Amino acid sequence: MELLLDISLLSMLVATAIGIAVSRDLLAAVMLSSIYGLLSANFFVTMDAVDVAFTEASVGAGISPLLMFATLAIVGRFERYPHQRALPALLLVVLTGAMLILATLDIPAFGDPNAPAQTHVAPRFINESGTEIGIPNMVTSVLASYRGFDTFGEVTVVFAAVVGVLALLGSSLPAAGRKLPDTLLQASNHRILRIVSKILVAPIMLFALYVQFHGDYGPGGGFQAGVIFAAAIIIYTMLFGLEAAMKVINVTVLRVLAAFGVLLYGSVGLVAMLNGKNFLDYDALAADPVHGQHYGIIVIELGVGITVAAVMMLIYFAFAGRLIDRSHKS
Amino acid sequence: MSVLFSHYNYWVVIVLMMIGFYIVIAQGNLVKKLIGLNIFQTSVFILYISAGKVSGGTAPILADGITLYSNPLPHVLILTAIVVGIATTALGLSLIIRIRDTYGSVEEQDVRAAEGNRKQESC
Repeated sequence: MELLLDISLLSMLVATAIGIAVSRDLLAAVMLSSIYGLLSANFFVTMDAVDVAFTEASVGAGISPLLMFATLAIVGRFERYPHQRALPALLLVVLTGAMLILATLDIPAFGDPNAPAQTHVAPRFINESGTEIGIPNMVTSVLASYRGFDTFGEVTVVFAAVVGVLALLGSSLPAAGRKLPDTLLQASNHRILRIVSKILVAPIMLFALYVQFHGDYGPGGGFQAGVIFAAAIIIYTMLFGLEAAMKVINVTVLRVLAAFGVLLYGSVGLVAMLNGKNFLDYDALAADPVHGQHYGIIVIELGVGITVAAVMMLIYFAFAGRLIDRSHKS
Repeated sequence: MSVLFSHYNYWVVIVLMMIGFYIVIAQGNLVKKLIGLNIFQTSVFILYISAGKVSGGTAPILADGITLYSNPLPHVLILTAIVVGIATTALGLSLIIRIRDTYGSVEEQDVRAAEGNRKQESC
């Protein structure tokens, strides 16, 4: 049964990817890429990667297509030219693929418990994290504690990316009094959309907080919670306009928060250093090492959540601001 | 037959990767190229997650009465990679918007042509 599910989900992924490659209507390609994200999230659930599925469902099926739609609204919907160098490209791709497939024959069979990937560090994480870190979700243990350094790097990259986006798209934030043009407001006057989204915004935020603070015990954590929280605000912005959202959320505060999350994460590491242990070694945070791990993980997950939520909102606001600027010019 | 079942995931990864690769090299529209890169990226995610699966295992969250878990390490790597991926995609998309501002088009050919004209003028 599991195998059947695996094979059918993967085959659907391939079919969707081919659809994306063939379509010259970019709107359709982005819609398909949203489906692609949802399918891969389902696939990750069958692979026991529930935390990953969570992230992929909110990012791959939600935010990523949304940003692409915003871009398409600015740059146009159709590809102008047919595929260039289609035949040589196809040949190159088939050749590379064939060589790679030949190479996969050396990879241990799928699901093999004795594969090298399962026999080195994984047993340590699986057997010891319960007593060393003291929380049930191993993914959170590894993410926040064993590989805390790596996660710090990732959060910094997310922050750096938003700095880049804001530098490129400028301060295209709409000045007070600038209204959304009528073409963009048509959908937001839709009564069903307005009522349903109004009902949904609060539960989505509550769910984000649950995902944030329950990440130690179940699937979830700062990355997922940040994206989900931002999604609530983005839904509100889409239907009620940037102006209304700006009344609730100050962009300057968001910029400070994006940096604050990274700082919070780093300062936990510094506190550990001041207590005489290594950077990000949470054992130093309390008399009992397991308690120290708990404190450390809660604080750094909070830092991740704040940064990711602020970054996602800032990126969306930057794109939406561009869209409004453009429709005013034309 | 057994090789088909035991390596099916890896082959699908390669097929997806190659579809993404094809889009990047053969299609001139920059938004489409980014979608292709996303497909390529997701195929790597699938490779990692497939490598972490242990048959008969369960999700890596400690629970009573369960002894066999899938490998949590690839999950961690991919989870963070997804969020970094969306941040870099956003950066790419904003670059595309700026290219559109400067050249009036997001097609590789048009941008090349405009760039060629500009060089001739400066000569």
